[in-house]
Amino acid sequence: MATVQEAKFKVIGTRPIRHDGVDKVTGRAKYGADISLPGLLHGKVLRSPHAHAKIKSIDVSAALKLPGVKAVLTSADFPKLQSGVVPMGELAMNPHYMSMNLLAHDKVLYDGHPVAAVAATNPHIAEEAIRLIKVEYEVLPHVLDAESAMKEGAPILLPELRTSGTPEKSDKQTNVASQVRFARGDLEAGFKAADVIVEREFNTAMVHQGYIEPHNAVAQYNPDGQTTIWTSTQGAFTARDQCALVLNIPASSIKVIPAEIGGGFGGKIGIYLEPLALLMSKKTGKPVKLVMSRGEVLRATGPTSGSHIRVKMGANKKGEITAAQIWMAYEAGAFPGSPVGAGCMTVLAPYNLENLQIDGFDVVVNRPKTAAYRAPGATNAAMGAETVIDELAEKLGFDPIEFRRINGAKEGTAQPAGPKFLRIGYLETLDAAKNSEHYKSPLPKVDGRLVGRGVASGFWFNAGFQSSATVNINTDGTANVVTGSPDIGGSRASCAMIAAEVLGLKAEQVHPVVADTESIGHTDMTGGSRVTFATGYAVYEAAQDAVNQLKQRAATLWKAKPDDVVYQDGVVSCTTNGHESMTLRELAGRLPRAGGPVTGQASMTPRGVGPVFATHVVDVEVDAETGKVDILRYTAAQDVGKAVHPSYVEGQIQGGVSQGVGWALNEEYYYDENGLMRNTGFLDYRMPTTLDLPMIETILVEVPNPGHPIGIRGVGEVPIVPPPAAIANAIYRAVGVRLTELPMPKLKTLALGCF
Amino acid sequence: MSGKVHVEATLNGEQVEFLCEPRQSALEVLRDVLGFTGAKEGCLTGDCGACSMVMDGRVVCSCLVLGPEMQGHTIETVEGIAKDGEKLHPLQQKFLEHAALQCGICTPGFLVAAKALLDKNPKPTEHEVRFGLAGNLCRCTGYDKIVRAVMDAAAVMQGR
Repeated sequence: MATVQEAKFKVIGTRPIRHDGVDKVTGRAKYGADISLPGLLHGKVLRSPHAHAKIKSIDVSAALKLPGVKAVLTSADFPKLQSGVVPMGELAMNPHYMSMNLLAHDKVLYDGHPVAAVAATNPHIAEEAIRLIKVEYEVLPHVLDAESAMKEGAPILLPELRTSGTPEKSDKQTNVASQVRFARGDLEAGFKAADVIVEREFNTAMVHQGYIEPHNAVAQYNPDGQTTIWTSTQGAFTARDQCALVLNIPASSIKVIPAEIGGGFGGKIGIYLEPLALLMSKKTGKPVKLVMSRGEVLRATGPTSGSHIRVKMGANKKGEITAAQIWMAYEAGAFPGSPVGAGCMTVLAPYNLENLQIDGFDVVVNRPKTAAYRAPGATNAAMGAETVIDELAEKLGFDPIEFRRINGAKEGTAQPAGPKFLRIGYLETLDAAKNSEHYKSPLPKVDGRLVGRGVASGFWFNAGFQSSATVNINTDGTANVVTGSPDIGGSRASCAMIAAEVLGLKAEQVHPVVADTESIGHTDMTGGSRVTFATGYAVYEAAQDAVNQLKQRAATLWKAKPDDVVYQDGVVSCTTNGHESMTLRELAGRLPRAGGPVTGQASMTPRGVGPVFATHVVDVEVDAETGKVDILRYTAAQDVGKAVHPSYVEGQIQGGVSQGVGWALNEEYYYDENGLMRNTGFLDYRMPTTLDLPMIETILVEVPNPGHPIGIRGVGEVPIVPPPAAIANAIYRAVGVRLTELPMPKLKTLALGCF
Repeated sequence: MSGKVHVEATLNGEQVEFLCEPRQSALEVLRDVLGFTGAKEGCLTGDCGACSMVMDGRVVCSCLVLGPEMQGHTIETVEGIAKDGEKLHPLQQKFLEHAALQCGICTPGFLVAAKALLDKNPKPTEHEVRFGLAGNLCRCTGYDKIVRAVMDAAAVMQGR
């Protein structure tokens, strides 16, 4: 791309084999469920068969009598906690609600809500035992969607809940946990200035991250009060701190060893099993392991919100958007905390708008508590805004990319939330999409085939948060990089490559390690597209620290001043004092007599987060008889800042697109009239397979992040944002119908009889 | 121990014998009884393919086979794909070169299914690769790099 700063990198931008690769292609990598310990007990969780009910009594006596059963746990075993919000990385946590979600207190609030847990000598006995627990329920009326939950007289989930963020304080019981507004300019004048106004309503279904590995945890409590937990988590420290909060014990009494993690996408930041395993290990004196079934993952972990969205936008004949008004209500699940705020802040961020108003509502409903899912909140919102923008462009006779370019945000544009963008690459993604071979090629035209091409864009902030890194120089002149960021998709490789770049080593000469909570400084979760940006930044600084120490050691050996020593490409040399030089390998061997081992360190909360944009182009074919939509061709252009390992950057984009396609066409939480989830397996919760997708073309646009020494922005989340809108726009071009629901209703389209 | 079944089978070329409960799946036997944790549990309903094993030349979901049903059969798992301590199988090598894995949880199942596919059809088209791997779910990659890795491995194994 024309925007690439021609860099002088030697390792960054290459495609080495990932360091943990061999373990993962031979089956040797240890994921959480692979952990086994002597005397291990197996736990199972009893879950609510109702959407909303009072728990009148729990009788565990029969379960306890079953041979092999060692412990039964209910919420009575948890400490009582005050309600209140504790910030924790990407998510604010409320320990009281966390506790209620781990094991229901006096009420169950969704189908699958945990009620009790059992530990037994094998999983089958535990399974039998949970069936012996007798729970008496008083079933209450339930409410499943945000719009209904907001209505007067709707069943109330949390009696103490009051809406926050309202202009006036209310003491009314409600399901609206909070509301938020972003507004500027003069909306009325803006709509008056419009030549065309489009107004539409959207409904999007609750969807799940769909990681293939179910949640797991193994805990071993010791009589000295120290506990070790092995778990597949996006954040070892985050998991530790949540356990400590919810159990009201010191964080330092828990060591979390992050096992390999089989996908997360935001869904493995919260905790579900760890405190149960810990408490049952404490009761039994034995290690306890809990692994969820797929049904449990779907019913009772954290999917992302279904939503109801209203979009009204106006534009003039010059193609300028004159006003935008958006209203959105997101299902939080049973406890507050949907990503509606992020939805509000991202939805119009790609555009330079004078007049706007965005209202968001976080609404509790009888569904599992939502968790982060890849660019949380942004995809639902983009489905609304990006299809309305397509319609405006069409009605005003503009090419959809050109229309976006006229209104596109650039350096200095104020975001809907207020702050102005620094250097960003939105326009560059539009140009890349427009100049792509895909966009320049005509649609495949065969008689009778309904084909169409759609375009949509997306935005995501990315995140910074806290990271730590250590770079140890080995005696043979290689290095080990230690971080606290669980590697969910190749970040060991990117961290090692950053250290290798600084140290002048090959990627293969740096060995990356993901450490436990006692072996590295505090590091927030792998999420928010932050690891290669923030942990990578810490690695960069730690490697610089190591270089400075190496220069000092060489200066000691040469009896020179450290300032007179230069380090380049893995060689130290002295600019004075005989102009000596040494390779890192030679110097490493002499460290014992030069001041000792070299360990570079850095811990930081990097500012300078670089937001990212994406523009996608998709060709679809709609089957005239069945309404089935096939993706014929897909191209994703994205500003990636600087691609450290381009293959894994492409992989992030392709994976995000794939999840977006599933969200668009197939995936949804399906509840029956009793509020029970009916598609609790992969057969019915239908995620894309090899046969549902074509190859996914990627265009890596590199507009370096000015806030990072290497220009890194973070790439993982934004690719999920445009696909549903892009596909809806393509379907419109194919059949002339604007779809406003996710997943897109095939049969309903057909019933319109429009083709 | 009463009620356990004695089973003999061939696992990755070696004779194995074990005791298992009749209700234990082959996946449980592989992982918990024999310690072969390469096969992963993703769903227990045969929908994700993460537990794939080859039984007498056919790819099956080990979660849908009972332990006692392994009696007398030849089983291959991901642990048996590389025959040599010094070298990976071309499929494994190409998965690494193409970055065909991110989290890696589905990778053993994909490798088992891909190897079974290439054993039967050494020169598959892209569609045949996609058809052969349609029983395996991957949530990270969008399949692009997996399909390319399998095509490339096929080419290498054909000496192309």
